[in-house]
Amino acid sequence: MNPITEKIPTSDPGDPGPAAAGLSPFAGKIAGTPPATADRAARDADDAANDGSAREPARAPENHVSLSGVRKSFGNFVAADSVSFGLPKGTLGALLGPSGSGKTTILRMIAGLENPDRGDILIDGARVNDVHPSKRGIGFVFQNYALFRYMTVFDNIAFGLRAQKADRNRIRERVNELLTLTDMNGLEKRYPAQLSGGQRQRVAFARALAPSPRLLLLDEPFAAIDAKVRRELRSWLRAMITKLGITSIFVTHDQDEAIEVADLVIITNRGRVEQTGTPLDLYREPATPFVARFVGESTVLEDYGRLLGFENAPRGAKASVRPEFVHVCPPGDPVQYENSAENAEVLSVAFRGSSLEVKVGLKGFVLTTGYSLEHPALSVGEKVKILVWRVYAFEDDKARLVNNSRLESRGNGYNFAI
Amino acid sequence: MSEVAEVLEAPLARGAGRAKRTKKRVIPGFGITMGITMSFVGIIVLVPMLSMALESRALGFGGFWRTIVDARTLNACKVSFFASFVGALVNGFGGLMLAWVIVRYRFPFRRFIDGLIELPFALPTAVAGISLTVLTTDKGWIGKPLFELLGVRVAYTQLGIILAITFVTIPFVVRSVQPVLEQLSPDFEEAGMILGASDFAVFFKIILPEILPALLTGFSLAFARGLGEYGSVIFIAGNIPFKTEIAPLVIMSKLEQFNYDQATAIALVMLAASFAIMFVVNRLQVRSATYAGEK
Amino acid sequence: MTERRDFRNDKNRLWRIVLIALSFLFIVAMLVLPLAQVLHGALERGFPPFLKAVSDPYAVIALKLTLLITAMTVVLNTFFGISAAWAITRFEFRGKGFLITLIDLPFAVSPVIAGLVFIMTFGRLGWAYPFLQDWGIRIVFAIPGMVLATIFVTFPFVGRELIPVLTARGTDEEEAAILMGAGFFRTFWKVTFPHMRWALLYGVILCTARAMGEFGAVSVVSGHLRGKTNTLPLHIEILFKEYHTLQSFGAATILVCAAILILIARNVVESVSKKDDFHRARQGV
Repeated sequence: MNPITEKIPTSDPGDPGPAAAGLSPFAGKIAGTPPATADRAARDADDAANDGSAREPARAPENHVSLSGVRKSFGNFVAADSVSFGLPKGTLGALLGPSGSGKTTILRMIAGLENPDRGDILIDGARVNDVHPSKRGIGFVFQNYALFRYMTVFDNIAFGLRAQKADRNRIRERVNELLTLTDMNGLEKRYPAQLSGGQRQRVAFARALAPSPRLLLLDEPFAAIDAKVRRELRSWLRAMITKLGITSIFVTHDQDEAIEVADLVIITNRGRVEQTGTPLDLYREPATPFVARFVGESTVLEDYGRLLGFENAPRGAKASVRPEFVHVCPPGDPVQYENSAENAEVLSVAFRGSSLEVKVGLKGFVLTTGYSLEHPALSVGEKVKILVWRVYAFEDDKARLVNNSRLESRGNGYNFAI
Repeated sequence: MSEVAEVLEAPLARGAGRAKRTKKRVIPGFGITMGITMSFVGIIVLVPMLSMALESRALGFGGFWRTIVDARTLNACKVSFFASFVGALVNGFGGLMLAWVIVRYRFPFRRFIDGLIELPFALPTAVAGISLTVLTTDKGWIGKPLFELLGVRVAYTQLGIILAITFVTIPFVVRSVQPVLEQLSPDFEEAGMILGASDFAVFFKIILPEILPALLTGFSLAFARGLGEYGSVIFIAGNIPFKTEIAPLVIMSKLEQFNYDQATAIALVMLAASFAIMFVVNRLQVRSATYAGEK
Repeated sequence: MTERRDFRNDKNRLWRIVLIALSFLFIVAMLVLPLAQVLHGALERGFPPFLKAVSDPYAVIALKLTLLITAMTVVLNTFFGISAAWAITRFEFRGKGFLITLIDLPFAVSPVIAGLVFIMTFGRLGWAYPFLQDWGIRIVFAIPGMVLATIFVTFPFVGRELIPVLTARGTDEEEAAILMGAGFFRTFWKVTFPHMRWALLYGVILCTARAMGEFGAVSVVSGHLRGKTNTLPLHIEILFKEYHTLQSFGAATILVCAAILILIARNVVESVSKKDDFHRARQGV
């Protein structure tokens, strides 16, 4: 089994096939999975609320890895509560959430470093709860790499294969393959202390891949890297994993990272899965207030019914507003939808490189939005007209897109093809 | 004009000089503390050690050599070396085991044992000496069963010397290895485990290299200490020349006979050995720091 | 230490039990038994002989001498240790490494050699002798010599505990204080001292323990004049050699009690200092 030569995963049930989209091999997957995932997420959220077992959806056969109703607590602290999600083969999934949300615990349970109190963990259809980590076919990259300091790069990478008593020549071949893959040729005699942070990460990566695992797990792989090197490393990792076609899950608290790198994002909060979906889904259709707030920038409004066009809202209801939902009418331009425009005052104008970030105040709200440099400049205190196209309304623990009833619908604003 | 220029330039010149010494000036006390430190170091360490070196000149190279190669002296050195080495070795293994058990396992009285480790440091060597002697004589709590069951004598033999030295140096290895074990990240072992290494492989290939420098440091310190140990050994040794006489005792007896020169000669040899060991320890610590690099 | 998954299986469990059992055996044989032996030897024939041994005039004098020497040593070494730590950690100067080596030197030296060294310097053969003679100062075979030898042997203890702590702390806080106008003593007392409290106490405890128990060096320098220059350990030696085993153990009991107190003190300081550091770190101090 050689994931290096084994390029793109071949057809799975339910996969329209790479030819369909004619673009990147993952296009088909992204198009294929979201609706099902959104349903699943809704069901999960329901079940989580009822503390039922959301077992069926996650166990769908096309999933390479899945968790079902997994629960783990450390003493009084509940790290994971009825966690369920599934990942198709070859996907790069991200466990995204704030500190303490349980994402690392979930990753460690998949690896077998922690034992769930309840629930099932399946890899390739088989339940692995009682299987030793080394027998699960997993590669794990630790946050601080955990490279064996007293071994050379070569020995580090060869470690797993030697532990399995593989043939000497085979080991040498394989290690060289990986050295080439991670661009570490010539450095194999060095010790970890003699490597840069980025190099160490690559060795950790190579070491995890050497025994040809079927699942790659990464615990905050970029946390210990300088900001500058981080972007390069991210793209490199993304490209690597795509090339190898290995199912991978990584943990991060950085939403930019998750959105940029992952095919599928699982958002965790306080031990629960808030939503599972593609980055676009999460951004476009957040299922819960937490997701609406966590992904992308947004402001939360109390009692948004006071805004024109949202009078149907229940009293005191909350909603979150993204910058792109608000439009500041440039002074001097004819105002579209004049009857629905609100009067607001410019509170601050800040330069953001390629555009301006403008905060406007009205009716006790402070809204943030973008403003093009091409338009006439705004000054603080100036009175302007604004339009609020839509908001994410919070209902109980769900979020829903609500359009401004006074404004003609211009679609949902995100019409573009991948 | 030139006067004005001088006045203007002078502060600049002085400032440049002052800048170099500014570090010391910002924080006060350099004068006092260095003064005190140098006086102490001078009187307590430097001067006496130098005097030693000077005095031994009086002996002349011939006398020096004769003293060293004297059969009795050589034998005593051998005894000291051997006993210290074995004692340090026993502690190497025993200390590692103790540190391992204290750090990684939970069991009743664990804290008690941890606190007890320092006993050899807290207890006067003479007390340790008499206690171990009585314990291991043929009528003692340990000596009796050993003699009757195994025919082994401990007190007044080399075995007794080894025992005494082992006792006195217990804390060295344990306390050396303990902090390293405590701070060892579980990630390393988990990585090894995931990659399929057995428990033994994880210990010998991953953990052991990490603690080896500390282990060797502890061993060297124990060895150095054992060489010079006096108080705990002289009671249990029996002090029979050519059999159970240790080097420090030879020095002592030369002193009692007012053979200062010879005593000094032997002392210098022992000092050289101790310094060599300390040097090795130092090297080890530097070396392990390079491997650890940036954590 | 985070909770780690424990792959307990039979093999693991067996190893644990074996190792723990061996450790207990080691500890009991090597540490507990010797302690017990002392107490047993002292109380073998009941309480009255024990009390008599402990209150023996020579023993009492020896104890007083031990305490006196220990006190002087600890005070002087603390004073020195703080000075040295301050000088070494707050300033840069050439020869710092050499100085540190010199301070660590006594660790490498056998106590007997330490005693010898002082005899060679201040004794009859020493070059300093004539000067001392002129001023009527006796060092060797008298108490000053014993104090000096004990200081030598315990020299590094306080300094070695302080230096790492002060180095880790850095000089920022002191510099800030000085810039705000504080003087040397105020800076030291209010800024530096709180950081090194526990390390200092720890070093003092170690120093005390060693000073009380010092045997070899003092033995050489003292001349064994009973009633005059016998410390308690030396007194114990004489009794034992003269086969007054019971009395020897009786006197030893005093030192054992001191040792136990020292152990307790050390453990208390260690756990308190850990908590202190932890809380301080939490507060971002």
